[in-house]
Amino acid sequence: MFRLANPNRFMQWSGKLLPWCAIATAIFLGLGLWLALFVAPPDYQQGESVRIMYVHVPSAYMATTVYAIMAVASAVALIWRHPVADIAAREAAPLGAGFTLLCLVSGSLWGKPMWGTWWVWDARLTSVLVLFFLYLGYIALINAFDEPTRGARAGAILALVGVVNLPIIKFSVDWWNTLHQPASIFRLGGPTIAASMLWPLAVMALGFTLFFVTLWLMRIRSALMAAKLRALRLQQAV
Amino acid sequence: MEVVDQFLAMGGYARFVWPAYAVAVIVMGGLLIETIVTYRKRRRALDAAEKLRR
Repeated sequence: MFRLANPNRFMQWSGKLLPWCAIATAIFLGLGLWLALFVAPPDYQQGESVRIMYVHVPSAYMATTVYAIMAVASAVALIWRHPVADIAAREAAPLGAGFTLLCLVSGSLWGKPMWGTWWVWDARLTSVLVLFFLYLGYIALINAFDEPTRGARAGAILALVGVVNLPIIKFSVDWWNTLHQPASIFRLGGPTIAASMLWPLAVMALGFTLFFVTLWLMRIRSALMAAKLRALRLQQAV
Repeated sequence: MEVVDQFLAMGGYARFVWPAYAVAVIVMGGLLIETIVTYRKRRRALDAAEKLRR
C-alpha cells in the first residue's frame, strides 16, 4: 500500500484510474437523477417532497464518510509522516465541507414542509452543524501556520479529536428525542425503506461516492503537481 | 405541456424540492469547476517548467 502511495507511483495509477472514475460518476449521477425525479414513487405521507431525500441522504452519508476518510489519512500522516497522506487529508476537507453544507441546506428545505420548521436545535441537526464547523476549522487551521508541516500536524490532531462527533451523529437519533427520523437504511434487521425508494437512493449514493473519489484523486494530483513545481523552481533558483 | 407543468409543480412542493436540487448543482458544480481549473493551471505550469529544464 505504501508503494502505491509513493508520489510518483500515485501519479501513475491515479492518472490511469481518473478517466474511468469520471465516466462512472457521470453515468451513476445521471442514472440516479433520473431514478430520483422520474422513477421513484411519491411517498404516501410526504408526497413529492420525499424527492429531497435523494439529495439529502447521499450528502449526509458523504459528509460523515469523508470525515472518517480524512481522519484515517490524518492518522497515517501523523504516525508514518507520509506526505501523500497529509495531502489526501487536506484535499478531502473542502469536499466534505461541501457535502455537509448540502446536507444541512437540503435537510432544512425538507424540514420546512414536513416538520413545519427550517431548523431545530436538536442532537442530530446540531451535531451535523458541528461537523460542518469541524471541516471549516480544520481548513482554517492547516492554513494558519507559516510552516506548512506544522499546519498539517495541527490539522491532523484536530481531525482525529473530531472523530468523537461521528458516533454522536450516527446515534443522536436513538440517544435523544428529536424531530429527525431514526435510521432506516443502515440498521440492525435491514432497511425499513421500500425497495422502490431504496434502489434510486443506492444509485445516487454510489454516484456521490464516485463524484468524491474523482474529485479527491484530481485534487491530490493537483497538490502533488504543485509540490513538484515548487521543487523544480527551487532547483532553477540555485 | 400539462405533464411538464405537473412534474414541475412537484405536488405542491416545488419551492422545496427544486431549491434542494439547485443547491446540489451549485455546491457540487462549484467544487468540480474549482478542482478542474486548478488542475489544468498546475498541469500547464508543470509542463512549462519541465520543458524549460530540458
